[in-house]
Amino acid sequence: MSITATLFGQMITFGLLIWFTMKFVWPPLLSVMEERQKKIADGLAAGEAGLQARETAEAEIAELVTTAKNQASEIVAQAEKRSTEIVEAAKDTARQEGQRLIASAQAELEQEINRARTTLRAEVAAIAVAGAERILAREVDTAQHQQLLGELAKQL
Amino acid sequence: MSAGPQTPTQYIVHHLTNLSVGEGFWTLNIDSLVIAWLLGGLFCGSFYLAARRATTGVPTGFQSFVEIMVEFVDQSVRESFHGNSKLVAPLALTIFVWIFLMNLMDLIPVDLLPWLAQLVGIPYLKVVPTTDLNMTLGMSITVFLLIIFYSLKVKGPKEVIKESLFHPFGPWLMPFNLLLKLVEEFAKPVSLALRLFGNLYAGELIFILIALLPFYLQPFLSLPWAIFHILIITLQAFVFMMLTIVYMSMAHETH
Repeated sequence: MSITATLFGQMITFGLLIWFTMKFVWPPLLSVMEERQKKIADGLAAGEAGLQARETAEAEIAELVTTAKNQASEIVAQAEKRSTEIVEAAKDTARQEGQRLIASAQAELEQEINRARTTLRAEVAAIAVAGAERILAREVDTAQHQQLLGELAKQL
Repeated sequence: MSAGPQTPTQYIVHHLTNLSVGEGFWTLNIDSLVIAWLLGGLFCGSFYLAARRATTGVPTGFQSFVEIMVEFVDQSVRESFHGNSKLVAPLALTIFVWIFLMNLMDLIPVDLLPWLAQLVGIPYLKVVPTTDLNMTLGMSITVFLLIIFYSLKVKGPKEVIKESLFHPFGPWLMPFNLLLKLVEEFAKPVSLALRLFGNLYAGELIFILIALLPFYLQPFLSLPWAIFHILIITLQAFVFMMLTIVYMSMAHETH
């Protein structure tokens, strides 16, 4: 075992290997690994951001839902109120209309009664005149007189 | 024991002999170098393919494995290296994976590859490159040169000289400071190389010794040792890498 020129051979080999590794092996591998590391980090960050965005969105949704619910119940309440109002108004109108109808019917009735009375009066007068004419025409016949009066009374 | 009748000593020596060309200092251990090249090529090729095909989507199969390695090394560098350098992390990755692969050769049955090699006419084959001191020293010296280069580059020659002469005992003990600094610096490559070499050499030797035992005993010894060795080879690769990172960090820091 002695030191020989093999030493130089080995030194040259070693130097070449170091050069090769430094030039062609290490930089591409390291850059690939660093790139991947960056990619993973970016991916994780993106995932985190997505999660956060989802949380925000969920909070927003909850808020929106609450608002919508409130609005809906408000609208329902308003509608109920409005419907009650409408019903009440309709009832009022109907009552008024009914009373108006009743009033007009009564007025008409009275008019009719008055007219009937007037007619009746005229007719009574005419009948009285006719009765008188007949009485005067036939002289006094009690029986006939009585009969006529009875007929008159029936016509009233 | 494929080359006819062998004594245990011959067997061990055979396993510990490199396939080499050249004489004296100019010997080249072909087996160590070729296996190191193959494993280095395997490392670079597979990681290069993974890097080219890498997508930023969900990683699958081999890409996941490569990314685990890169992430592991990157984290180690971030923890221990307090400077700004494009070199340290790739250097650490190269060291860790390459040394691990070379150490992994230790887990291949000791006789398998030499036997196959002998079938095709290769007389010697030492399979584990990191059991060759030249290989570990080659790596640690390269690291050492990088340490010196970056010390000079980041701190500047003036600061380096000042640091070596006046620390830690002030200007009156200048020679002593310098000596201390030299020992400290040279201990780095030597300890790096010897630690890795020693661990793997000892491990390999124990596998060889187990292989000398009767066949019915071998599984009971080589299995636990192999399992334990999985830990050792990973640990040694990791230690080499961590110390390199720390040394590089020291080179980038001004006191």
